[in-house]
Amino acid sequence: MLTHNRISLALHHLREGNGRPLLMLHGLGEHSPVTVPAWLDGWDGPIVALDFTGHGASTIPVGGGYTAEILLADADIALAALGEVTVIGRGLGAYVALQLAGSRPAAVRGAILCDGPGLAGGSSFPSTQSLFELAPSTHAPDTYALVELSRDLRPPDYAATFVRLALAASPLDEPISVTTTFRPPWVEAVAAEPGVAVSTLAEALQRYADV
Amino acid sequence: MSDDRTDRARDEVTFPGARPPDRRWRIDAGGIGIAAYEWGDPQAPPVLAVHGGFDFARTYDRFAPLIAAGGWRVVSWDQRGHGDSDRAQLYSFDADLRDAIAVFDDVSPGRPIPVIGHSKGGSMMIYIADAQPHRIASFVNLDGVPYQSRIPDVAEHNRTKMIADEIAMWLDHRRRTASALRKPGSLEELAARRARMNTRLSPEWLRYLASVGARHDEDGWRWKIDPTMRFGGFGPWRGEWAALCVPGLGMPFLAVMGREMEEMSWGAAPERVFGFLPPGGRCEILDVGHFVHIEAPETVAEMALDLIGRNE
Repeated sequence: MLTHNRISLALHHLREGNGRPLLMLHGLGEHSPVTVPAWLDGWDGPIVALDFTGHGASTIPVGGGYTAEILLADADIALAALGEVTVIGRGLGAYVALQLAGSRPAAVRGAILCDGPGLAGGSSFPSTQSLFELAPSTHAPDTYALVELSRDLRPPDYAATFVRLALAASPLDEPISVTTTFRPPWVEAVAAEPGVAVSTLAEALQRYADV
Repeated sequence: MSDDRTDRARDEVTFPGARPPDRRWRIDAGGIGIAAYEWGDPQAPPVLAVHGGFDFARTYDRFAPLIAAGGWRVVSWDQRGHGDSDRAQLYSFDADLRDAIAVFDDVSPGRPIPVIGHSKGGSMMIYIADAQPHRIASFVNLDGVPYQSRIPDVAEHNRTKMIADEIAMWLDHRRRTASALRKPGSLEELAARRARMNTRLSPEWLRYLASVGARHDEDGWRWKIDPTMRFGGFGPWRGEWAALCVPGLGMPFLAVMGREMEEMSWGAAPERVFGFLPPGGRCEILDVGHFVHIEAPETVAEMALDLIGRNE
């Protein structure tokens, strides 16, 4: 377990080995797999998977307050423990993987964005938000996480900023790979940026395994 | 220091016109304990006073009694992680809004009431006035209509560097938060630290604030605010999004803005607010800084009472 402020984060070592680990970030409402999924057959090195706050075996906080940026800090805590990684994210985890690549460009050797739950997020502009209290969750995933992270604002230009941050300081020519079929506005904006490869998952895994 | 001795040390610090709350209680906001306070006649109708970021309810010790003198029961609360409210595992603007709804429900379930909000507290009330207009009878916004982000217009490569540095500093801070403690000091030292962000406020007022906003540990006084909270930060939110909600507000509205820009200001020229006023809304600009209600309490209280009304 790792510690992020008052949260214990579960980091699962799915496969040991030599070389740079592949850090898996799950989608909204998901948790880390128990074994290496078949769709990661193309990665030969070690594989680790993080349960975000309120998900899987990580702590469920009292009273909500989730943002994608807090999950970014979750992922950064894992990064601090692992050193250099390639990161792969599903859905919400893809958005966080993008943010991690832009925030820690020297330590993230490639971010792979995949389809998955929570890919779209909320609107790209301010909207009238419903405000309500939820009953405390007794088990993961935390209901506050499901609600708050399904409607967090994801303006396309904000997402694109993380590509520019990654490209400005990453040693890679293409530090971001988009493999999604679904392209909500923020993913479209990311895919249109220089330094972003649009490819299959297998190609993306190969791209970063080789660097 | 024992609680008794702490209280005595605290009581020795006074400020002209400032008065501690008449009553205190706690509100359960979905498992987060919220410290609530009120000034005035307990039978008087309530008005909410919402503090800004890195402040706490008792920053209204000077202003709230002036509103209470207008025949109101002034209710304020420490936002999560601030003052005597619980330190939470997570903080977000949405969570602050949800906690505020718990206060509305506790103070005036089913009946609209006036609100006064300063800075972030004013911005919070804009969002609640937009999302739940049935709760707010009238709205006094004290230098809390954000317009632009804190990143100024600079060349793209410089902007990228600024954002990268800000994000890296924030993430570095998050890596350290598990063991974070606020720096201890004397009341004078805490006041001097706060003066860096509250540059226009007098040392006497800041020392008073320290006496009511800090606790005394073995090694000195510490501000009560959760050390995991950090000024600044980043995210998708933009100031003008709050401003864009203002033209649609349906309740009587008054903005009181300070002309002098300072560290805690939102960075918007106060005249900008004129372009966002709702029908019948007013904006007054005073020759003071961001803390309009602390620099000019009597003037601002009269303006506020003119909007929300006076009770017998």
